[in-house]
Amino acid sequence: MVTNSAARAASVSASKIIPLGMTAILGLFIVGFVGFSHIEAVHNAAHDTRHSLAFPCH
Amino acid sequence: MSLFRNIVLTAVIAGLLSGLLMTVMQSFSVVPLIIAAETYEHVDSNGAGHSHTAAPDTAAGTAAPASAAHDHAEEAWAPADGLERFAYTAAANALSAIGFALVAIAIAEALGGFGGWRGGLMFGIAGFLTVSLAPGLGLPPELPGMPVAELGPRQIWWIATAVCTALALGLLAYTRSALLAALAVVLLVAPHIIGAPLPPSHDTAVPMDLHARFVNAVYATNLVFWAVLGALSGVIRERFRAGEEISTTSKELAVR
Repeated sequence: MVTNSAARAASVSASKIIPLGMTAILGLFIVGFVGFSHIEAVHNAAHDTRHSLAFPCH
Repeated sequence: MSLFRNIVLTAVIAGLLSGLLMTVMQSFSVVPLIIAAETYEHVDSNGAGHSHTAAPDTAAGTAAPASAAHDHAEEAWAPADGLERFAYTAAANALSAIGFALVAIAIAEALGGFGGWRGGLMFGIAGFLTVSLAPGLGLPPELPGMPVAELGPRQIWWIATAVCTALALGLLAYTRSALLAALAVVLLVAPHIIGAPLPPSHDTAVPMDLHARFVNAVYATNLVFWAVLGALSGVIRERFRAGEEISTTSKELAVR
């Protein structure tokens, strides 16, 4: 099973790279905005979430 | 494009559900402790004898005290306490859950897919280790009003630790060479040898007992949140995969 998934991992087709890359960037952008943005209003709105997720806050 | 659409749909459904669960868990465990700690924060910003707020920045060196930043609440918009604050917290929880799910599913797909709820659960646990536990070893979950080093360096250390831990877990799970396993251990340990940016002083008005309960609640809620997010992503991803395979095979047939 492990070798199977490794073999599949090696054969990620080029057509998958763009949608997967876009997905990962979109996700990182969302997490970055909610958890790491220095904009005061964003910080205050997501304050309790930032503390609960143990993101660096303040 | 159907791959992108299916992943986004999966992440939105899994993120909304686990974000909602996170909000419910938080409102019973973590949020009351944050609100309790804010009473001490308020005392601090009024200047009631907090040693490091009074200390000159130059003496503190690179790790300048960040307590001064707490005064911002007066100028900037903030949700009103009560329902409004709860609503924004719920929205932020759901959004960050969707963001985490997008990244986790993209990585899983590149590595061959979740393969069902169990694979999803493993990714969820890996997510907990990567963004909660590993950064938390150096930068424990902090309550409002606690002394901390400057925000920028802490965010950089946090992100670097999460990236190193994710790479290390990936190497451990998906490679079989002893050399790469050794590299993974180095990656796991390196951020902690370098060390997180620490505050110049650990003096705080926040009681130790309150902080201990908070750290406990943060890790417990995050572990459940990540496990549910991962397992849900695994299940929902498999549901949507069916249509994808049909569309790719029909495309291949059309090419022939």
